[in-house]
Amino acid sequence: MTYVLAAAIPDAITFVIAAAVCVLGALGVVLARNPVHSALMLVMTLFGVAVLFVEEDAQFLAAVQVIVYAGAIVVLFLFVIMLLGVDQKEAIQRDPLPAQRPVAICVGILGLVEVLLLARGRWPSGARSVSGAIGSPGDNVGLIGRSIFTTYLLAFEVTSALLVVAVVGAVVLARRPRRVLGENGAPTGVLVEPDDEIDGPEVAGLDDADAGTVDTGAAGSEPGDSEPGDSERGGGERGGGGPGGGGPVDDLADSEVTGP
Amino acid sequence: MLRVAFLVPLLPLAGFVILLFSGRKLGNPRAGWLATLMVAASFVVTVVVFIGLFRLPANGRSYTQTWFTWISAGHLHVTMGLLVDPLSMTMAAFVTGVSALIHLYSIGYMEHDEDFPKFFLYLNLFVAAMLLLVLADNFLLLFLGWEGVGVCSYFLIGFWFERDSASSAAKKAMIFNRIGDAAFLVALFLIYERTGSLEYHTVFAHLGSVGEPSLVAIGILLFAGAVGKSAQIPLYPWLADAMEGPTPVSALIHAATMVTAGVYLMCRINPILYRAPDAAHVVAIVGAGTALLGATIACAQNDIKKILAYSTISQLGYMFLAAGIGAYDAAIFLMLTHAFYKALLFLGAGSVIHAMNDDQDVKTMGALARLMPITAVTFFIGWLSIGGVPVLSGFWSKGDVLSNGYAFSPALWAVGALTAVLTAYYLGRAYLLVFRGQQRWVEARETGHAPGRNPHDPSWVMSLPLVVLGALSALGGLINLPIHPDLDFLDRWLSPVFASRLFQHHWGLGGVWTFALVDAALALLGVGLAVALWGSRSERPAFEPVFLQRAWYIDWAYDRFIARPSTAVAIETSSVVEAKGIDGAVNGFAWLVRATGRHVRKVQTGYVRNYALGLAAGLVLVLAYVLTRAS
Amino acid sequence: MSVSASWYLTLAAVLFTIGAIGLLVRRNVLVMFMCVELMLNAANLTFVTFARRLNDIAGQTAVFFVLVVAAAEVVVGLGIIVSIYRRRPGATADDVHGMKG
Repeated sequence: MTYVLAAAIPDAITFVIAAAVCVLGALGVVLARNPVHSALMLVMTLFGVAVLFVEEDAQFLAAVQVIVYAGAIVVLFLFVIMLLGVDQKEAIQRDPLPAQRPVAICVGILGLVEVLLLARGRWPSGARSVSGAIGSPGDNVGLIGRSIFTTYLLAFEVTSALLVVAVVGAVVLARRPRRVLGENGAPTGVLVEPDDEIDGPEVAGLDDADAGTVDTGAAGSEPGDSEPGDSERGGGERGGGGPGGGGPVDDLADSEVTGP
Repeated sequence: MLRVAFLVPLLPLAGFVILLFSGRKLGNPRAGWLATLMVAASFVVTVVVFIGLFRLPANGRSYTQTWFTWISAGHLHVTMGLLVDPLSMTMAAFVTGVSALIHLYSIGYMEHDEDFPKFFLYLNLFVAAMLLLVLADNFLLLFLGWEGVGVCSYFLIGFWFERDSASSAAKKAMIFNRIGDAAFLVALFLIYERTGSLEYHTVFAHLGSVGEPSLVAIGILLFAGAVGKSAQIPLYPWLADAMEGPTPVSALIHAATMVTAGVYLMCRINPILYRAPDAAHVVAIVGAGTALLGATIACAQNDIKKILAYSTISQLGYMFLAAGIGAYDAAIFLMLTHAFYKALLFLGAGSVIHAMNDDQDVKTMGALARLMPITAVTFFIGWLSIGGVPVLSGFWSKGDVLSNGYAFSPALWAVGALTAVLTAYYLGRAYLLVFRGQQRWVEARETGHAPGRNPHDPSWVMSLPLVVLGALSALGGLINLPIHPDLDFLDRWLSPVFASRLFQHHWGLGGVWTFALVDAALALLGVGLAVALWGSRSERPAFEPVFLQRAWYIDWAYDRFIARPSTAVAIETSSVVEAKGIDGAVNGFAWLVRATGRHVRKVQTGYVRNYALGLAAGLVLVLAYVLTRAS
Repeated sequence: MSVSASWYLTLAAVLFTIGAIGLLVRRNVLVMFMCVELMLNAANLTFVTFARRLNDIAGQTAVFFVLVVAAAEVVVGLGIIVSIYRRRPGATADDVHGMKG
């Protein structure tokens, strides 16, 4: 059963506009050179999708989408972009991997065509309602709530555990304990919490960023001397750090560091 | 007493094993004495078993001793078993006896050889294999011994393998033998297929149900094997080349024992030959032809060992002639006496060669009789024996063959008679050129610098066998005299084996004397010719034509038309087919794998994005597949 | 004319494709991450469309959970990216090619 709205024309117009916004935003995400622009385009897409959610009678989800997705997740993205100083432009013109771009576009379009062909207009096929029809009495929030706390209670509990784990994981990942070395160079066991040293030292590799390429990766673990307050840019934590300063995730460090 | 029969082949085999592990430690001459002792012990055991067999009643002289089951697969049941009957014991007796004498001789002959223990190791192995051959109670075990003596022949001919000619000769012998062996194997298959067994008793009992064409085929195939082993036409050239081996080897293997295995085989399968007269006739005709051929070639040879080699070929032809016409007794008798005098002649030749510093050319010898009296006298006895001069052993044995031959077919007798004359002649030529006439060699004391010769009779280890064999050659005929029915001991001893299949014409007393006189005349004719032509001269080109020296160019023809093309094909195959084709395919396959890897490796770029692209592409392909299948 | 489900679903497919292409083409890790979010949104749109089409609230519940998990994923993912950038600033997705060959 399709829930037909009272007036179809406004729906169609809403849809078209929202769809246009979504697509434009998506294209913007992919094509923008500056990552900050990409993030902002993403916000645009998310808003479009939220509008479509409202159209689809999922008001609660629309709200959550805006609040959580656009409001928290993308903001988080922006924080990290700013923090790491990768808001430099990326070289879009040339893809160092041969044939990656054209083949990717072909593959994408082919996939889209195939999916559309597979459907051939006959999209839905699934089972009947098991957890309450949308049209049943009660508002959308109540319906979703009822569904979550009865049928999908286990999933709900598990996702809460997941959130806790994610938070703990994030904290652990982001830590950077520094060991204080005594006079003879042996660790004294005193851990100093990482400072918020936003003003990092000059990092060799990032100086070439003006040329337009960010993918230098040439900076090893020799960041040079620590000079607080000597940075020109907002980002740039101490690159590499001392021994043990690289955080628990060091897998990238061990791979080959070759320039482009 | 019969139960010790198993020791007969086992003692030489034990000698082989002991020498294999500690031959080098025993060294010269203890290794030789050990080997000789083993064979002599085997001879003693043979005599014991012989007596035990003799004690049995005449028609019950057959004793089988089975050691264990060798093969038991489906219907095929083959045991390691010995058959003790008059024929096998006769063979075993002279094999062990003559072998023991030759072992003794070898202790002296091989004294200066650094591989002294190895020689006796091989000799013992050979004797063990030969005894297995003659004592087997089934065809497969016989074949085992057959192959064993073939392989030992290879080892011993090529004993001095550093010499190219020796190793080539060994290979040649092996190849010719092998051709015969292939026919032998086919015969075995046929026998098994037709009679369901390989044991003599069972096979012979079932012969009645086998059709004659099959029997003829079996007979001819087995004879083909014998042709290879006993150097008959057309597989004889290897025997002349086999003289590359040390002289005791020539004496033992290529005169007295291995080459007689073929004759033994023919006698053993007498029930088959009896039922397949066509095959028997082939045997007789080939034998006669070979006898004449060998004799003619021997007339013109200058190498003393080659003279004796062709003589062996010729005498073996006589034996096959006898076996072919059914006169098995005569064949065995001739085999026995031939073993004595041919071994004697070879050993004597060995002494001469030793004395002549390893020179074997009769044209450079002469007047050795006074310097080597024992050798000369024994050689003289050997000559007269083989020539058929009365009353030495050869006269009786060859006479037996010839008289039966005449009864069967005068044409065959004529061939045999001519050969007899030639035999007396060429061996006389050999004797005269070596021991009589002018001295054509240089004495040691007369030359200052070149290595001269100092001929003398060898030590007792080498002379004693000569004397013993000389006595046997002279007196050996006594075991089978035809002049009185009570005196043909050998014939009566062997009769249970051959029974009614024996072809033996009984000439009356007059006939016997006639043949005796004719045989004597033939022998004396040959002797006389030799004395007349070679008594005083040492060069007579008219009587030594080149085509005879080159053995009727038969070996040359084999080389030219068979060996060379085969070698060319082999070379072609190895360099083209093997190197380029097969190796190319294998190497090419490896190259293909490596090249493929080299190219396929490029997919592994290491970039995550490429891998993600691969994933996406795979997804597209899967969707395409689903698309084509979705209705 | 009424807006049928196929419009929404087509849109979702297009968004997904754009996200996928972006993931394959861009080298900046954060932008790649954003493309992943794009794909997730496309999936969410599909879920919601089907929820309405099949008249089943479970679709929207699914979106709810997807949202939660996406949030957790972003948190942890960004944490990892930050750690990586500390070690090697300016790293892109192409800098990990030790498994070449």
